Amino acid sequence: MTETAREITYSEAIREAIGQAMEADESVFMLGEDIGVYGGAFGVSGDLYHRFGADRIRDTPISELGIVGAAVGAALAGMRPIVEIQFSDFTNQAMDQIVNQAAKIHFMLGGAATVPMVLRAPLGSGTGAAAQHSQSLEAWFAHVPGLKVVMPATAEDAKGLLLSAIDDPNPVIVLEHKLLYRTSGPVPEDAVRVPLGKTAVRRTGSDLTIVATGVMVGRSLEAAGVLADQGVDVSVLDPRTLSPLDDAPILEDVARTGRALLVQEAPGHVGFTAEIAARITESPTLYRLLAPIRRLSGLNAPIPYAPQLETASVPQVPDIVDAALTLIKES
Amino acid sequence: MPLSPIETAAGARHALLTMWTTRRFEEAVDDLFARGLMHGTMHLSIGQEASATGACMALRDDDAITSTHRGHGHCIGKGADLTRMMAELLAKETGYCRGRGGSMHIADVATGNLGANGIVGGGIPIAAGAALAYQLRGEDHVVACFFGDGATNEGAFHEAVNLAAIWKLPVVFICENNKYGMSFSTEKSMAVDTIAERASAYGIPGVGVDGNDVAAVYDVVHAAVERARAGDGPTLVESVTYRHKGHSKSDKNLYRTREEISEWRDKDPILQFEGVVRERGLLSDEEIQAARTEAMESIRNAVRTANAAPDADPSDLLDAVFAQA
Repeated sequence: MTETAREITYSEAIREAIGQAMEADESVFMLGEDIGVYGGAFGVSGDLYHRFGADRIRDTPISELGIVGAAVGAALAGMRPIVEIQFSDFTNQAMDQIVNQAAKIHFMLGGAATVPMVLRAPLGSGTGAAAQHSQSLEAWFAHVPGLKVVMPATAEDAKGLLLSAIDDPNPVIVLEHKLLYRTSGPVPEDAVRVPLGKTAVRRTGSDLTIVATGVMVGRSLEAAGVLADQGVDVSVLDPRTLSPLDDAPILEDVARTGRALLVQEAPGHVGFTAEIAARITESPTLYRLLAPIRRLSGLNAPIPYAPQLETASVPQVPDIVDAALTLIKES
Repeated sequence: MPLSPIETAAGARHALLTMWTTRRFEEAVDDLFARGLMHGTMHLSIGQEASATGACMALRDDDAITSTHRGHGHCIGKGADLTRMMAELLAKETGYCRGRGGSMHIADVATGNLGANGIVGGGIPIAAGAALAYQLRGEDHVVACFFGDGATNEGAFHEAVNLAAIWKLPVVFICENNKYGMSFSTEKSMAVDTIAERASAYGIPGVGVDGNDVAAVYDVVHAAVERARAGDGPTLVESVTYRHKGHSKSDKNLYRTREEISEWRDKDPILQFEGVVRERGLLSDEEIQAARTEAMESIRNAVRTANAAPDADPSDLLDAVFAQA
């Protein structure tokens, strides 16, 4: 086996992970709406239907609650289902099975049963699909004990984190950003796992630490390039797994730079980055801060349709640059 | 193996013992609660024992069930350990869920009990999913999915029955219609006369049965189980029964009359069955009394043993949130 890192898209990386997991383990199968001949609403399942057949790449009626529940039952009975929810907004239709059933069964039964299932769901704005197809609900899921929450930001992570999610004995929700599906990056050909619960340091700088999730990781790296041209050297950290959260590298890096800028697409109010801010203030890192922590988030509003409105609703590269410069100025 | 309640003395004895055990279990729980010796809440199925017992007797040991908040009878019917059940309700470390679940979450995955459920309708899609697992693996297990009349007004019922129907999953949907979803009667909650007729919307058979007649329940469920096992898909069984007690501990019975409750008490499924087995000469009066005594003693033992067990331990609560790889 050779470890070749050729460039493929985020979407291809996900498909490759599913294909390799299904080849390796008969108990892995996929169910979702239009994942068969159609190839998935975002083309992720692609040719898997032709490779594995209709039983294991299982097209379903439009029944989110039913199919997530079926995955819970199949997992309880020894399978490793992967559910594709067409848009993460539609997890709302399935919340009972995600929150009341999948997340709680292991605990509620005193550890006597496990629910090894994966929920893949595209999230985020930027496609002109308006308020019911563009949300970022990761904080809801991260708030539920018993549910693991993953947000891959690169093609390599999209594959490696998904493989780990499939291996995991717990329900894992993988929130894939729609705008990343067509982005490319180096991805190992082998089924290389990226462990859950490990924060990635994407860039190390001396002046400021940016912590970003999902599509904001790429935007923050782009902003870091702009800032470098202006003589500001920033770190970019990507938690990758929101729950359970690996906060040690974040606390360490912020202690080193003395400045924290927390960037997310979701509305700021009670958002995921509020948890990061809380962890910083609860740790000795607090005493190393040179300026107050700054959060840059989506507006506390539904995502609008018109492109100029949509763009204005969530952080863009210039917003990140401005926020970083303001933070430097404040200290 | 499936065992008819009225074809052999062994079957009759098993049915009677299971029903009395369920009755005595719930009476003991009711009493412990009333005396302040048990906390939390629970939902009693007193009056519905024939439905759970007859259905479970139609299953093989390696078949599975999903159950409801009113699930003690299903657990006992599927062969759960009485001491572990009682220990769970008494908040003991030796309970089925180590005190994490209580009455509404007893499960015994090893014996095919995939779990009671605190959410009305919550277990229905799970049952379909377990059946899907068996179908995908080419195994011939069947899932018996219990739920109440109220659950058939939930979206989960519609979605899960539809999935099971289109994929011909080996599941039997058993609606225990006890006439009330908490206080709301079936007359008010649906515009059709029976729950069984809802099956036609999914293209599957719907069969009604007297849920207080353990042999009738057995026959109907057994036929549905065999149909499912043969690959012909799901059946909706409506088992019409009645709970003598209120919905839960807070129930003041303001929504039904004393006369109605009394009418149904006269149709007590256990006493009716005793009459049948006596009439048919399946069991003697002594054998009937022996089943009553055995049930009473096994519950006394369960309470005694469970009470002596250590209390549920809070020290490792966080360890059980996630399963370790």
